[in-house]
Amino acid sequence: MDGPALLVEHLTKRYEGATAPAVDGLSFAMPRGATWGLLGGNGAGKTTTIAMLLGILVPSAGRVRALGHDMAGEERFAALARMNFSSPYVALPQRLSVIENLRVYAHLYTVPRAERRIAELADQLQLGDLLHRPAGALSAGQKTRVALAKALINRPELLLLDEPTASLDPDTGDWVRGWLERYRAESGAAILLASHNMGEVERLCGHVLMLKQGRIVDQGSPAALLSRYGRDDLEEVFLDIARDRRRARAAAE
Amino acid sequence: MTGGAARRIWGLAYRHLALFRRSWPRLLELMYWPTLEMLVWGFVSSYLAGVHAAGDAGGAGAVVAGLLLGGALLWEVTLRSQMGFTLSFMEEIWSRNLGHIFVSPLRPRELLAGLMALSVARTLVGVLPAVGLAWWLYGYGLFAAGPVVVAFWAALMVMGWAVALGVTALILRHGAGAEALAWSVVFGLTPFCAVFYPVATLPEWLRPVAWALPAAHVFEGLRAASGEGARIAWEHLAAAFALDLAWLAAMAWVFLWQFRRARVRGALLTMGE
Repeated sequence: MDGPALLVEHLTKRYEGATAPAVDGLSFAMPRGATWGLLGGNGAGKTTTIAMLLGILVPSAGRVRALGHDMAGEERFAALARMNFSSPYVALPQRLSVIENLRVYAHLYTVPRAERRIAELADQLQLGDLLHRPAGALSAGQKTRVALAKALINRPELLLLDEPTASLDPDTGDWVRGWLERYRAESGAAILLASHNMGEVERLCGHVLMLKQGRIVDQGSPAALLSRYGRDDLEEVFLDIARDRRRARAAAE
Repeated sequence: MTGGAARRIWGLAYRHLALFRRSWPRLLELMYWPTLEMLVWGFVSSYLAGVHAAGDAGGAGAVVAGLLLGGALLWEVTLRSQMGFTLSFMEEIWSRNLGHIFVSPLRPRELLAGLMALSVARTLVGVLPAVGLAWWLYGYGLFAAGPVVVAFWAALMVMGWAVALGVTALILRHGAGAEALAWSVVFGLTPFCAVFYPVATLPEWLRPVAWALPAAHVFEGLRAASGEGARIAWEHLAAAFALDLAWLAAMAWVFLWQFRRARVRGALLTMGE
């Protein structure tokens, strides 16, 4: 199908009673099959942006089209059936077993041949031994794999991930990143990733949106950003932007 | 309803059925309060029937006793229906799962249909054992008055949904802090629903409030269907269902309004945190 995976135009969110907008006039078009990163400090507007992209939060202005569907009204359900989401801050029912959780979401996403799909995911994400254990009894790494299985249950064409490797040890984090790379290559899905892990963004993302106070203050490929800021890693670029170091440096010179 | 909608509704129901399947204390808790209520009112009824038996050739004491027990059992239908709906919704908040539910293709109307289906299941599991025990312990048959009791049951269940929609809207507005309402709202309506006494017992100025509630018509209908000159009070039954529809439509509108407001405020993703 033609058109970008995500088309965002002048997206703005001003919460009731807030003095400044949480998101202020974002515009971008994310192509299908791409992996993009959303970078910014705490309060930069990443979670608010993702919530609006998912249609769970109504923008104050602007619009979002996901997979060609307007996310403001009823049309959003057609897009939601073809996308998915994972966040360590939104849990799965802890008392249900892993397989019961996956069955619930297979039904909610009307996945055909659900049991076969669950078996596939269990195999790919090494969940075989965990399927009959309560979700609440899993380690952080195991929970992340289960959350990924939930997020992939409907073979999404667009995947929104909020800090997918938060609180994981380096080994598990690396495993998840490798898995996401393979998934994108095999499925052609578009992935938008909000993360504080600069190494992760540098490794996975072909394009990065740098957010500050709800605005896109810079964007480009990780290589382009490194070159533009004259830095060796994205963490330094992030700090330059977060602390206005470039402007301070220019003023000092 | 499309096949997709039915499957999504089943998905929501499956999540709760799986929870009950692995937790017998939860299942027992469903039956606990209706059975306890039935026991208390059963003993009160037995006592009243005994007190009246000596000078009561017409058996009026037994009729009154039966009305008390029948009222208690049927009122449990409203209570369990409302709680079954609201607590199923609260369960999603407590497990911090609402964010996943609301970004799935489950439509709000399908969410409501799923919560209503769960409310039916929880009410049947909770109240039917108490109905059976009432028959076994006190010889009281709730359905002895005929199929009209099924209609009374249905009318009370729908009233429970209407109240639950209002309570759920308040939870959407005020978050989990409003969860106490899930247990208390229907209890607050009890005095006006004429469960154990006719509407005429209420002060005149309060009667319009009672007549605006479907339950008052159901219990007037139950009294009309019992004792001497028993008849089916079609007028009360029709009024109960008409009011049910009006309340259900009004509360569904309030729920959808608050749902939209919650989407504007950003409450759906963070509720329960």
